[in-house]
Amino acid sequence: MSIGFVDTEEKHSKLLAIIEESKSKPGSLIHVLHEAQDIYGYLPIEVQKMISEGLDIPLAEIYGVVTFYAQFSLKPKGEYRISVCLGTACYVKGSDKLLDKLKEELHLEVGDCTADGKFSLEACRCIGACGLAPVFTINDDVYGRIGPDDVPGILAKYKD
Amino acid sequence: MVNIKIDGIALQVEEGITILEAAKRANIKIPTLCFLKDINEIGACRMCVVEIKGARALQAACVYPVAEGLEVLTNSEKVRKARKVTLELILSNHDRSCLTCPRSENCELQTLSKELNIKEIRFPSLSDKAPMPIDDMSPSIVRNPNKCILCRRCVSMCKNVQTVSVIDTMERGFRTVVGCAFDKALVQTPCVACGQCIAVCPVGALTEKSAIDDVWAAIADPDKHVIFQTAPAVRVSIGEAFGMPIGSRPTGKMVTAIRMLGADKVFDTNTGADLTIMEEGTELLERIKNGGKLPMITSCSPGWIKFCEHNYPDFLDNLSSCKSPHQMLGAVLKTYYAQKMGIDPESIYVVSVMPCTAKKYESKRSEMKVNGLCDVDAVLTTRELSQMIKESGIDLPNLADSDFDNPLGNASGAGVIFGATGGVMEAALRTVADVLTGESAPADKIEYHAVRGVEGIKEATVNIAGKDIRVAVASGLGNARKLLDAIRAGEANYDFIEIMACPGGCVNGGGQIIQPSSIRSWTDLRAVRAAAAYQEDCDLPIRKSHDNPFVKALYDEYYGKPGSEKAHHELHTHYYKRDNY
Amino acid sequence: MKSLEELKAIKEKALGDIYVRNVKEATGNTDGKTTDGYRAHVMVCAGTGCTSSGSVTLIKEFERLIKKAGIENEVKIIKTGCFGLCAEGPIVVVYPEAAMYCQVKPEDVAEIVTEHLVNGKIVKRLLEGVEKVEDETVTEEDLEGSDFFKKQQRVALHNCGRINPENIEEYIAHDGYFALGKAVTAMTPDEVIDEVLKSGLRGRGGAGFPTGRKWAFAKSSVSDQKYVCCNADEGDPGAFMDRSVLEGDPHVVLEAMAIAGYAIGADQGYIYVRAEYPIAVQRLKIAIEQAEKYGVLGDNLFGTDFSFRVELRLGAGAFVCGEETALMTSIEGHRGEPRPRPPFPAVKGLFMKPTILNNVETYANIPQIILKGADWFTTMGTEKSRGTKVFAVGGKIKNTGLVEIPMGTTLREVVYDIGGGIPNGKKFKAAQTGGPSGGCIPASLIDTPIEYDTLIEIGSMMGSGGLIVMDEDTCMVDIAKFFLEFTVEESCGKCPPCRIGTKRMYDILEKITSGRGELSDIDDLYELADAIKNSALCGLGQTAPNPVLSTLRYFKDEYIAHVVDKKCPAGVCKAFMHYNIIEDKCIGCGKCARMCPADAIVRTEHIPDGHKLASMAINQAKCLKCGACMEGCKFNAIVKE
Repeated sequence: MSIGFVDTEEKHSKLLAIIEESKSKPGSLIHVLHEAQDIYGYLPIEVQKMISEGLDIPLAEIYGVVTFYAQFSLKPKGEYRISVCLGTACYVKGSDKLLDKLKEELHLEVGDCTADGKFSLEACRCIGACGLAPVFTINDDVYGRIGPDDVPGILAKYKD
Repeated sequence: MVNIKIDGIALQVEEGITILEAAKRANIKIPTLCFLKDINEIGACRMCVVEIKGARALQAACVYPVAEGLEVLTNSEKVRKARKVTLELILSNHDRSCLTCPRSENCELQTLSKELNIKEIRFPSLSDKAPMPIDDMSPSIVRNPNKCILCRRCVSMCKNVQTVSVIDTMERGFRTVVGCAFDKALVQTPCVACGQCIAVCPVGALTEKSAIDDVWAAIADPDKHVIFQTAPAVRVSIGEAFGMPIGSRPTGKMVTAIRMLGADKVFDTNTGADLTIMEEGTELLERIKNGGKLPMITSCSPGWIKFCEHNYPDFLDNLSSCKSPHQMLGAVLKTYYAQKMGIDPESIYVVSVMPCTAKKYESKRSEMKVNGLCDVDAVLTTRELSQMIKESGIDLPNLADSDFDNPLGNASGAGVIFGATGGVMEAALRTVADVLTGESAPADKIEYHAVRGVEGIKEATVNIAGKDIRVAVASGLGNARKLLDAIRAGEANYDFIEIMACPGGCVNGGGQIIQPSSIRSWTDLRAVRAAAAYQEDCDLPIRKSHDNPFVKALYDEYYGKPGSEKAHHELHTHYYKRDNY
Repeated sequence: MKSLEELKAIKEKALGDIYVRNVKEATGNTDGKTTDGYRAHVMVCAGTGCTSSGSVTLIKEFERLIKKAGIENEVKIIKTGCFGLCAEGPIVVVYPEAAMYCQVKPEDVAEIVTEHLVNGKIVKRLLEGVEKVEDETVTEEDLEGSDFFKKQQRVALHNCGRINPENIEEYIAHDGYFALGKAVTAMTPDEVIDEVLKSGLRGRGGAGFPTGRKWAFAKSSVSDQKYVCCNADEGDPGAFMDRSVLEGDPHVVLEAMAIAGYAIGADQGYIYVRAEYPIAVQRLKIAIEQAEKYGVLGDNLFGTDFSFRVELRLGAGAFVCGEETALMTSIEGHRGEPRPRPPFPAVKGLFMKPTILNNVETYANIPQIILKGADWFTTMGTEKSRGTKVFAVGGKIKNTGLVEIPMGTTLREVVYDIGGGIPNGKKFKAAQTGGPSGGCIPASLIDTPIEYDTLIEIGSMMGSGGLIVMDEDTCMVDIAKFFLEFTVEESCGKCPPCRIGTKRMYDILEKITSGRGELSDIDDLYELADAIKNSALCGLGQTAPNPVLSTLRYFKDEYIAHVVDKKCPAGVCKAFMHYNIIEDKCIGCGKCARMCPADAIVRTEHIPDGHKLASMAINQAKCLKCGACMEGCKFNAIVKE
């Protein structure tokens, strides 16, 4: 049992329905994993086991796929998911310094989530907002053309 | 046929064979690491790269098909340099504790380093990497990821051949590892302990959990009556560890060597096999006669049993309730034999030498007991036995032959063929035929060639005394899966099925002497070792289990008749549905 | 869709609906209104770039104020794809004048609505390309915009920003699906392939393999099932051409794939698109749905026996899936690991069936080649590189965004004429093309024409079209390390040269940039690079050393400076930096010491002449080089050296 994993009847049946409709399509595993992550927020063993049984794919293989792709997560994400772009255009414009500042402000390492479940921090490769470089996103909000000094102010908006 | 040129040598070969195979015909050995013919052909390790005229990058010879006019250089400066750097890179990321590695001197990486003249590792790791934990929780298999070179032979074996699929490639890039889902230990997975992963590992990343120390301690204990029993398949592989050709059968030398190790008695598991046939044959006849659950499926292979418990629980009632031969023999040793010889059963220490790693796990199953004592106290693989013989300085090939000890000494030829796929079936048919006809079939009527050979699934209908018995034989769990799925789907129907977890049966078990890819890719170990077993069968005076005088005496003096209540209590077992994860 | 006539009827109707947007070309309509009664269209960019800079709020504001002005029945708001000039986003274009407004803020909307839409007076200060407003008169020239657009030639992007990507009829109005109609009704598959061959179109995704040849191979494979795949897994960091096409003109990809399907004999297509592109995914879904509804995808297209369907498959964040065999492995639902070739995809590709894979931009050229002919296409570009190429220009350049130029345009034209040069008066140092597989082009080669083969000659490559400009503040060793870190992170891990080799190269670069480098490290880099190039399993592995090799080729002196002189000439690598306090300027206030997180600043015994307090000094052994002291010093007494 994964710590903190909460299933509901609704989530469960939603996933089962997706598995059912995907069963007959060749190569649908990645699609199902995307959907499952949308439903549960992450892909703990409980969810992967359901998929394994439903699609008749060994758990080890599913885990191998999940850990191959950067978008799949084994850990729950924060309420606010912060993602710093480390694509070339942003990097050249100093997004690494934004990342450092975020780490410092939130006392987080990349891939982790704050203890209160509020913020999680990721680095990503190019969200395509190169015109605004350097950028980071908090959920769907994009912050661009900024420097490390702007970080505390932006975070403050989400803190309470 | 196409015309190609390898290192300037003109060759005519079949279109589509690989450069690797074509080069072999020109007596050029291209180095490989990840390649294992028919099992792992993924071109991943890049050791076999060659230069192809007209191609910019080097190509993997193990997967590149030849075509008309192909020109290949296997030994150019460019090729040598690339191979060397790749090998140095692999070595730079490998736990190089060769001196204490169980695979030292039988390690494909070590051999390659020597062949490629690696003198230093020029590109060492500059960042400290904490060693990864070793998984030694399984009673059968130890996984050391620090030695893993990610060739994926084990993954292909576990996933594609055995369809057990408990190890796979995880993560990506430099963090890539071969492991179990969610970093679980093997015992937490539906691993069946067949050990085929060990048999294909080129290095020491997968090894058996050794029982050598326990066995030495028992031998050294003056209060212990140490009995060794050796499985039929052990004798057709152990010679390989001592430089004897594959297919050698130094049975008598092996017995001499075990005695020299300090064993009090050396018995032949084949006697246990004969006993199994008596029990299993009777069970089959009863099921047929009384409308019992059919098809009946053999239960000699503990890897298969565990596979069935995890994946086909609906077939548990089809399994024969017979313990496997070495467990039966162990039970007999701790009851009848102890009584007869006047030895306290508690002081008897039974060591089974098996071609198998699953037997280690099997011997620890709580059902495998008689009067509160384990049937078998320790299981050694063929490899471990050879290690003990070497450790003792015994020159096995030059030893004189000796016989197994009495009173269990002379087993039948039916027992010895248990080691090959189809052997249990054939042995059972020999006995069932005599029982049903009430006659003793002559020597030229006891060989059932339809169930012999290395094919994964064999089917036959055998007419005995006017009755058709539909039989099937599967070896390798992937084939077992196919067979059972067909039965589940109602596409096939049989009376009696033999299933062995390892492809080719026990002769190719996960505990046998490991042959490198350079040999096993081109020699069918299954066929060559099986041929030796069938030869022993031919050479023996008694070739039917029910003719084994010891077995007759055992029933006369102790069990009464096959399938008796006492026999059931001591020689049979039961199974459980097991969860996956 | 039963016939071309049916399609023509849809086109006629659709042209009426967008009348205000192409008054110049259109005839017959005199009341100046669209068929559905609008006199003006407000096109707001809803591509990722402009969405990020706030175009969603703008749209809401336009809706609110247009309604408030009571002209909601006269003016229609349309969401478009990318115009290309992302740096100036959000972009709004108002028709019929085709006035392009840039950097529009929510507070500017009222002015556009009142002045332009109600009073008919263009808001000159917001026009793209207008730097200073001296008088309010708007000339033709003002409307033409800056050189950013003038020097471009739009083929692949020709519909981007021009149409509503969520409306198939607007695509049809611009001759959409006519190429497919022509191909299936009037051409044989061989004629289609021949036209593509003759056009000289080469793959826009990286290596530049001739598209027609790829199709011909797949056609010659015999199989019961074949597939057409589209690579929309644009992974080069800093490249977003494909995303813009998908967001701005999704139907062009569907049409081209159907044409390809007809040519090679496939009835099923797959688009493998990055999950990181939610807008593109959404628009593709809508496009597929509409195309099926209009019968331009599905069974018996244009009344022939040709049928074609397209399915979307989402990636999940793996750069390596841009490699063709890895992409197919991923569509099959596995870890996206490349497979050795041969067998080539044209023989055994997706699900082991003959498959062609082209990228989005390649497909975006196909319908026009079929419609206008190979001869038209070959008038653009150079002998060996026909047509145009889209680049995502970013980094230290004024006009970051998307540009489409004829092949053969020089780097100088892109950087200075279209890109507007380097901001802050800095000097151009290098441009990186080809992403992690490419290389850096130094200032000395700025006049190199951009085409496949010249780029390879100078140690870079076309790649998918990322073009990152670097100025004098960029350290080339650091950039090489940046790319290697990317490769290490994104290597699939299947073959040791890439899995371990790139890691070792990264380790060496880390050693060099942290001041511990030795000259032999440079030799080791060459040796490793050579071996990886020759022996890695896939194209991505084989090209992984390129960023190091190309920087070693043109900027070896910077490597030497790091290794021998222990200096980072660009002042980027922290290990070589020192903060120092200039005694004469330091008044001894001690603020720096209070700011220092490492307690590395101490007071000296020395009081400079004319000062009251003893000056401060930095204990270099403890200094973390965070720069907090320098930020805090009001007297500019702390310098970075």
